Amino acid sequence: MRVGVFALQGDVREHLLILSKLGVDTLEVRNATALNEIDSLILPGGESTTMSKLIDIFDLRKPLQEFIVSGKPVFGTCAGMIMLASNVVDSAAGQQSLNAMDISVQRNAFGSQLDSFEATVSFAGQDAKVAFIRAPKVLEAGDGVEVLSKLEDGSIVAVRQKNLLATAFHPELTGDSSVHSYFLGMAQS
Amino acid sequence: MSPSKNEATPLVKRGLAEMLKGGVIMDVVNVEQAKIAEDSGAVAVMALERVPADIRAQGGVARMSDPDMIEDIMKAVSIPVMAKARIGHFVEAQVLQSLKVDYIDESEVLSPADYVNHIDKWKFDVPFVCGATNLGEALRRISEGAAMIRSKGEAGTGDVSEATKHIRTILGEINSLSAKSEDELYVAAKELQAPYDLVREVARTKKLPVVLFVAGGVATPADAAMMMQMGADGVFVGSGIFKSGDPVKRAAAIVKAVAAFNDPAVIAESSRGLGEAMVGINVSDLPAPHRLSERGW
Repeated sequence: MRVGVFALQGDVREHLLILSKLGVDTLEVRNATALNEIDSLILPGGESTTMSKLIDIFDLRKPLQEFIVSGKPVFGTCAGMIMLASNVVDSAAGQQSLNAMDISVQRNAFGSQLDSFEATVSFAGQDAKVAFIRAPKVLEAGDGVEVLSKLEDGSIVAVRQKNLLATAFHPELTGDSSVHSYFLGMAQS
Repeated sequence: MSPSKNEATPLVKRGLAEMLKGGVIMDVVNVEQAKIAEDSGAVAVMALERVPADIRAQGGVARMSDPDMIEDIMKAVSIPVMAKARIGHFVEAQVLQSLKVDYIDESEVLSPADYVNHIDKWKFDVPFVCGATNLGEALRRISEGAAMIRSKGEAGTGDVSEATKHIRTILGEINSLSAKSEDELYVAAKELQAPYDLVREVARTKKLPVVLFVAGGVATPADAAMMMQMGADGVFVGSGIFKSGDPVKRAAAIVKAVAAFNDPAVIAESSRGLGEAMVGINVSDLPAPHRLSERGW
């Protein structure tokens, strides 16, 4: 099994490090051809406006949407969650998501960088040490969406819809591999 | 469940820089330029009153920008906004933190406020990026709390040669450090004038503990891609975009070239029809007192 990490921008290296720690074969995905060589895909953290532009500049919107529709597992962290959402309430001019998950997200929902934080969250019933960096929140999740993590204040910060997993936080920054293990489990089943 | 939220930890500060990797950070002096930067795919903007080329041309003391101008830009864009404080000017940094900018650049592009000490960056919750010309300087800044390093280059010139020199120096010194045996690292730390623990960490991991961008003199898509091929995590472009003939086109072209830095066909494509590049000054023609990269130590 080979996991691709979308590599045009963002914290690609951190995802690759965790995956290799888990003993998984990885590939940096920079073009449509690479999508044919992987079994699952991670959309990393980064700047979602930039990712949206780059996806169009390099004609990757359709191939990515086809990959998602094919049912192969896709995991988005932070900017990756924004890319997967069907609705981004405060998107920048020209920013377009991949419109894949039935969720509505708000960008920078906690505030500026001063409001970024580390925390231990309960993810799918297990504790995970994660980081929220200028993180988004899920404002609304559709019927087919399973909520995997909420903060104390009720904010939805991790969701799953069939083959798609999205977290508002970065599990890739803290060295905790439990969320990636969960994703690999999705990819194996 | 979130028993404790820990804000402003080193991981949180360094983490934002990790998210900017593979991206272009653009100097902007007003809302219009900030929007152009965001539209073209910049990962962040640096809000300042005068780009380095103008600071150079106009001379005088260059200081932190007007808070109104910084706040206008923060309101206008959704990407992170950085702003510059003078080297050692901890009150300018306090002001920028109170404005809630996302990153502070303690920058040699402004006139230094202290010729001995840099800002004690551990005292701040906002992360800092600092310039460096070599590994020792980078590690001294990190030991003071910098959460991101940019090689200095020579800002406001459009001459990429100093940027090349500084990124090559930093990465070359990391390489030679990683080839040393453990017992050689004590003297290496002495020679680098950097804390031993950081020196040992770099020797082991073969990289800085923070993200390393390049700045100072990048003017074309090929310049930017060259910095990426040499091993930069990303690129700052100051005067190179908004002092050129067609900023909208050039901004997008540099973003594209950075994302596809290993693909000459894409770089060729993004180099076409950009109009005039910024005029530029050869660094070798600059008298030493006018070289910004020599500010900071």
